[in-house]
Amino acid sequence: MKSETTVEQSVRTATTRKRRSLTKDHWLAIGFLVPSILLVGVFVYGFIGWTGYVSLSNWNSLVPDFSFVGLKNYIYLFGDFRFQADLRNTLFFTILFILAVIVVGQFLAILLDQKIQQESLFRNIFFFPMALSFVVTGVVWQWLLNPSTGVNLFLEKIGLDSKWYTDTTIFPAIGWGKIEFGIPIAMIAVVIAAVWQMTGFSVAMYLAGLRGVPEEVREAARMDGANEFQVYWKIIMPILRPITVSVIIIMAHISLKIFDLIYAMTGPGANFVTDVPGVYMYETTFRGNYYANGAAIAIVMLLAVAIFIVPYLWSSRKGEA
Amino acid sequence: MALRSFTRPLLYVLLIALSCFYLMPVYVMIITSLKPLDEVTLSQMWQLPTTFDFSSYAEAFTKLAPNLLNSFYLVIPATFLSALIGSLNGYVLSKWKFKGANALFTIILFGMFIPYQSILIPLIQFLREIGLYNSIAGLVFVHVVYGIPITTLMFRNFYASIPDSMIESAKIDGAGFIGIYRFIMVPLSITGFVVVAIWQFTNIWNEFLFAVTITTSDQQPVMVALQNLSGSQIVQWNVQMAGALLAALPTLLVYIFLGKFFVKGLLAGSVKG
Repeated sequence: MKSETTVEQSVRTATTRKRRSLTKDHWLAIGFLVPSILLVGVFVYGFIGWTGYVSLSNWNSLVPDFSFVGLKNYIYLFGDFRFQADLRNTLFFTILFILAVIVVGQFLAILLDQKIQQESLFRNIFFFPMALSFVVTGVVWQWLLNPSTGVNLFLEKIGLDSKWYTDTTIFPAIGWGKIEFGIPIAMIAVVIAAVWQMTGFSVAMYLAGLRGVPEEVREAARMDGANEFQVYWKIIMPILRPITVSVIIIMAHISLKIFDLIYAMTGPGANFVTDVPGVYMYETTFRGNYYANGAAIAIVMLLAVAIFIVPYLWSSRKGEA
Repeated sequence: MALRSFTRPLLYVLLIALSCFYLMPVYVMIITSLKPLDEVTLSQMWQLPTTFDFSSYAEAFTKLAPNLLNSFYLVIPATFLSALIGSLNGYVLSKWKFKGANALFTIILFGMFIPYQSILIPLIQFLREIGLYNSIAGLVFVHVVYGIPITTLMFRNFYASIPDSMIESAKIDGAGFIGIYRFIMVPLSITGFVVVAIWQFTNIWNEFLFAVTITTSDQQPVMVALQNLSGSQIVQWNVQMAGALLAALPTLLVYIFLGKFFVKGLLAGSVKG
């Protein structure tokens, strides 16, 4: 009886939908969405367009000057020592940061998944840095990793060089353009702070994923003679691959636009060994009043993020349609 | 699921060692903030203070109090407004789908990932134009606008768990768009509101780029003021650490008391949902 009426109802709504396409309430719903669409349209897409235009202009002083200069600002940037160093730093920062967040995150998640006592206490300890701001993280780690202090005192005791925080060495330093190509040693300090702050995210993601794997899957693998390590490595980790993709995407977009952590912790560093486009953009635009150059840096940053994000958004959209 | 018993002690040793690493900055932060300035030396970094000295807290508080207040003026309305807008958007995009709704949602979502540097110059021009530059109101506006993608996403994911049949039967009972929202969606999404509110509170409180570029001097939120503390000639590390703790306290408290919701928001914010 009840199911009949709902079927009838759905048939009826389907036909009315066909006839009048949308009900009054449906239009009202869309009406509520309109302000947000307009805001996002103007403040995200419109403003990106305007920044793009500024990046092609001559506005490199306090006085706005929108005369078109083509790609001049971009050509300047890519030949610029500081920007080349920024791109190198971003590349190595991103690789080290993502690798560490994934490896440490998986490791901690697997440890936490062993039915341990006080699990929530340990979880909270690994998650809490995420509640902090990058500025706080930067301030604290700047003190912790200061040359000849803290962690470094310990390093010195075991005979390692403790001056790495201010080390301007690039490893392996292959000459490339105006810069030496390789890992800036001082950048490792920033990576440690960033990893400390963000691993909680990947631990949370992997832990949620691990909890979603049915016990039967593990049991079946054990029955086939797999040991615990093999169960994780061969069975569970492949199941969790989509999580790894999500973690990579989220971490990549964070690291490509990072600004506050580095600004608070090291600044550009000597020889720009810890400089990143976010810091360069801020200093160029708001300290130097080179608005067009700043806009060009911003557009390069946007493109770098879009390379990761657009395919990701596109594929996750397809998944649900 | 559990590893064999002989590895159990090793498991706990590992967890405790890693926990110590994660807590190390907090330890150093607390002990440094309690030391008098002459004890704040590099060589004594790890040692407990010989006497508790709260003067660095007094100094940090005097310096940061106005900015802490600014942050509260900013974060409370911004959180409230962005949760409200996000819930309406999420409701429309999950329960009143129309042709192209998914594509539109993806287009909105992209706004969550953009580096804000790429909209900053026009944004500042715009805020100057409408007289909201260097004001808390301007920052509220900015956070509400750029919060739209994430709050919409979180509410859309949340509302997906409310069965469509409920909406359908309410429609049959004669409830309209607003009635369903008011009497079904809002009561059922209290958790959703809590999750989004915590998420936005934390993010807006911790945000730095907008704060440092849109406001100057006495309009600055606490994160900018904290950063400026270290900009002075002599770095008083005990005051710095006390300041960092004060600035971090609101979000830490939220995390301590509502951590479960915080992590929910974190997972919801990762698109996959």
